[in-house]
Amino acid sequence: MSTSAPTAPIDPAAAVAATRPHPTLRETVEQTLTMAGRALRKMRRNPEQFFDVTIQPLLFTAMFACVFGGAISGDVADYLPLMVPGIVAQTVLTTCMATGVTLREDMETGVFDRFKALPTARVGPLAGPMVADLVRYLIAATLTFATGIAMGYRPGGGVLGVAAAILLSVFAGWSLAWIFTWIGTLARSARSVQGLSIMILFPLTFLSNAFVPVDTLPGWLRSFVEVNPVSHLVAATRDLANHATVSGEVGWTILAGLAVIAIFAPLAVRTYRRLL
Amino acid sequence: MTATIPPPAAPAVAATGLVKAFGDLRAVDGVDLHVEQGEVFGVLGPNGAGKTTTLRMLATLLPIDAGQARVFGVDVAREPHRVRQLLGVTGQYASVDEQLTATENLRLFGRLLGLRPADARATARRLLGQFGLEEAADRPLSQFSGGMRRRLDLAASLITRPPLIFLDEPTTGLDPRTRGQMWDTIRGLVADGATVLLTTQYLDEADQLADRIAVIDRGVKVAEGTPDELKTAVGDSTLQLELADDADRAVAFEVARRAAGAEPALTPESGRMTVPLDVPARAADVLVGLRDAGVDVASVSVAKPTLDEVFLALTGHDADDGRRAPSPALEVAR
Repeated sequence: MSTSAPTAPIDPAAAVAATRPHPTLRETVEQTLTMAGRALRKMRRNPEQFFDVTIQPLLFTAMFACVFGGAISGDVADYLPLMVPGIVAQTVLTTCMATGVTLREDMETGVFDRFKALPTARVGPLAGPMVADLVRYLIAATLTFATGIAMGYRPGGGVLGVAAAILLSVFAGWSLAWIFTWIGTLARSARSVQGLSIMILFPLTFLSNAFVPVDTLPGWLRSFVEVNPVSHLVAATRDLANHATVSGEVGWTILAGLAVIAIFAPLAVRTYRRLL
Repeated sequence: MTATIPPPAAPAVAATGLVKAFGDLRAVDGVDLHVEQGEVFGVLGPNGAGKTTTLRMLATLLPIDAGQARVFGVDVAREPHRVRQLLGVTGQYASVDEQLTATENLRLFGRLLGLRPADARATARRLLGQFGLEEAADRPLSQFSGGMRRRLDLAASLITRPPLIFLDEPTTGLDPRTRGQMWDTIRGLVADGATVLLTTQYLDEADQLADRIAVIDRGVKVAEGTPDELKTAVGDSTLQLELADDADRAVAFEVARRAAGAEPALTPESGRMTVPLDVPARAADVLVGLRDAGVDVASVSVAKPTLDEVFLALTGHDADDGRRAPSPALEVAR
């Protein structure tokens, strides 16, 4: 941009000559990180944004373990290895939903007019908050494991296995968040983003292997559960955390995540661009 | 990548036949705008005339439905990213982040515009000083007054010193003192070599600032010219008359027309009329003429023409009038 001293007269011809037709990749990355910095700053200023990623892991882990533990696995301690990865997936997905709602709320404020008028990459205002949300996924996944461990869960995969499971969940959460970001750019209000997201979220988490063994389900349901990406995530998390095994499920989860990004990131940018 | 760089004399804005339709409503219906480099161009019109929509199309914030627009020769629809690099846009409502401080806002925009962190910080400090916001620099925006917000918003538009600045109703809702400061700032921008395109509802604002004015009504340009040309059409000031008896209306109309040398406008209230005056002293001639004709006058006032009167003169209907009266086709443009 202009490096001339503030007192030099403006030269339109030079300004036109200095324009570039598209943002470079480097500019795009820098702008995304700048937007991520803005989102982090706002998170710090509104600590209630962390309620869902702190309270929910504590509450859900304790609640689900005590309520379903005896019925499903005989006792709470035996249920934990099955359930904790399920809760991790569920928490991460709930966090994704907040991504879409927050984006929509943000887009309704006046500052987005300026973001649109600036010569920046269109993906920045969308991807920036998502980069900042990595922190939230990390908190959510780590706290869930910590609560499980406090309740007597002893992951067989050791520290490395659990760390790998957390990283995989964070990645899965981040990729699935693009779906909710797309909904965020599409829906008319933050409230409708929430409504739509819950409709997607509940079938995805509950019609999976997150909380119950799949062989207890009726056949027709089992076939859905087995293709549900959340099931792959849960299975992969279990393999990593409980057995330190990098199974095929890990591969499927990463593949599904990449597919979701490849489809929904361009869709989200397209809708955002059209909103202009 | 092979976009040709236009010759340096390309107009700051060259728009022809701009159209924007929202459903059945044609918010902008074939507007031409031509803004030379270094001038202040005013777009004057009442609420809902299509001023903001026109500006938003030129600023790449709204797709252009029909017509063509170029900014310094760069096509707005085809190369929006280039156009955005030439523009500073200040909207009607401050486009700043309410949850950040003034400094944080300017640094954020500076970084997004490609300034290095140290430069972004220095620019933020310089602009806050220039706009008298140093003391509020680290306060949350929720504590800012409307005028402070506007100033910050304008500061944010000037980070890269763009050659073209769009100001959408820059002083609407500001108190007179802040308004005067804003006018000084705008004059300073032009002295710096920038071109300014502003919209306003106030005739005196357009008169104070603009080299040329386009009057827009219901998405259509109804007149264009220098402030002097427009005022000649409307009169430098107007005489407002209220007749004691509405029955004298026809006589009074004729007397006023002869004495003022211009067509009086009848306002909807009975017994009232507005007479354009080239010089305020001409009011005396009208009043003497009325007395000689035996017309009783209930009240008299001389005032600068309001936007309503400009509209009445240019379009034959009130600024906020729903009906479209037949236009006297007063074309001031050369």
